[in-house]
Amino acid sequence: MHIKILGPGCANCATLERVTREAAGALGLDATFEKVTDYGAIAGYGVMRTPGLVVDEKLLMSGRVPTAATVKEMLAPLA
Amino acid sequence: MTVMERVHTATPMQRRAGLAVAAVAWWVLYAVNLPFWDWLLGDVAGLDLSTRLGSGIHFFLYDTTKILLLLTGIIFVVTVLRSFMSVERTRAILGGKRAGVGNVVAASLGVVTPFCSCSAVPAFIGFVAAGVPVGVTMSFLIASPLVNEVAIALLLGLFGWGPTLLYVAAGLVIAVVAGFVIGRLRPETWVEPFVFETTLGGEAVDPGYALTWNDRIQMGLEEVRDILKKIWPYLLVGIGIGAAIHGWAPERWFADHAGADNLLAVPLAVLLGVPLYSNAAGILPMVEALSDKGLPIGTLLAFMMATVALSLPETILLRRVLKPRLIAIFIAVVTVGIIAVGYLFNAVLPA
Repeated sequence: MHIKILGPGCANCATLERVTREAAGALGLDATFEKVTDYGAIAGYGVMRTPGLVVDEKLLMSGRVPTAATVKEMLAPLA
Repeated sequence: MTVMERVHTATPMQRRAGLAVAAVAWWVLYAVNLPFWDWLLGDVAGLDLSTRLGSGIHFFLYDTTKILLLLTGIIFVVTVLRSFMSVERTRAILGGKRAGVGNVVAASLGVVTPFCSCSAVPAFIGFVAAGVPVGVTMSFLIASPLVNEVAIALLLGLFGWGPTLLYVAAGLVIAVVAGFVIGRLRPETWVEPFVFETTLGGEAVDPGYALTWNDRIQMGLEEVRDILKKIWPYLLVGIGIGAAIHGWAPERWFADHAGADNLLAVPLAVLLGVPLYSNAAGILPMVEALSDKGLPIGTLLAFMMATVALSLPETILLRRVLKPRLIAIFIAVVTVGIIAVGYLFNAVLPA
C-alpha cells in the first residue's frame, strides 16, 4: 500500500501523517509513505483544502484532520 | 475514552442529550458572568469597581470569560453549519458563472464555505484550472478571510446585530467590487502559467457528502479547540490592552484626536492594522474599549478589516500562483475598499 500525504508542510499535514501512521500500524499494514508538497501535484488530485490523504493514487479524504480511528475505518477495507 | 471518541460513537439519543446539556450550560455561564465578577471582585474582594484599577481588572476578567464563551458557542455553530458546504461544491456552483453575477455569488460563498487561508493556493489553482475566471476567484479569496467567523462572533457579542450586519455587508461589497475590478484588468497574464497547465485528475472527494451528525459535531469541537489554541495569547494581550484603555485612557482623548472630523484617521487605522495580522480576536477587545471612548465605528471597522484581510503571510503564499503585479493590484484594491467603507460608516453612523 502506498500512502501519500498532500500538503505544503502545515501543522495539519504533520498531524495527518502521524494519525495515518498510527492507523496503519494498528492495522498491521505494510505501507510506504510519501509527502506531496508541490501545489500543482496537490491540485492534480482534485484537492482544494489541505491536507489530503491519497492511498494507491485514490483520494480518500481532504480538508480536515481525521482521528486515527476514522483513518483506520477508511484504511481497513483497502488492506 | 476521550470526548472526541465519545462523540464519534454516540447514539442519536446521547447526541441530543449532550447538545442540550451543553447549550444550557453555555447559557447559564453567559448569564451569570457579569453578576459573578461583580460579586467576587466587589463584595468578596472588596474592590471599588468605580476606580481605574477596579474597573480595569473587572473589564479584563469579565471580558475574557465573555469572549471565550462567545467564541466557543459561535465557532461551534458556524462550523457545524458550514460542514454542509465545501470548497468542491462552491467550485461546481461557480463553474458556469461570468463576471458580475459570478463575483456576487463567489463573495457570498466565500462567507459560508469552510476555508482557511493556508488553502488559498490549492483553491486558487483548483478554481482557475476548472475554468472559473480569475476575477471571480479573487472575490472568493477576498471575502473568505475578510468576513471572518471569529470577527462575526465577537462583533455580535460586543456590539449587537446592527454593526455585525454592516460588517458582513461591507465585506461582501469590497470582495465583489475588488474581484470585478481585477477581472476587468485582464489578469490572466499575471497568473503563473503552471496554473493553467494543471490538469485536474482524480475524482474530487466532497467532504460534505458522507458526513454523519456525529462527524459534524466532532468537526465543530475540533475547530473550537484549534482556534482557541491558536488565538489565546492574542486574545489575552488584546483584552489586557482593552482593559488598560478602559480604565486609564482619558475620556475624550481618542474622540478628540481620531474622531470623524479627522480625515486622516481612517487611512491611518488601515496602515496600523496591516502588520497586526490574523488577530481579530485580539483586536476586538481593543475595538470595544476604543468604541466606548467615542471612536467612530467606521474607523474601527476599517482597522479591523485591515488586520484580517491584508495579511503578509497570505500574500507571500499567493506569490506562488500570482505575479507581483497582480498581488500589488489585489492589495491596492482591497485597501481602497476598506478605506471607503471606513469613511462611509463614519458618515452614516456618527459616534
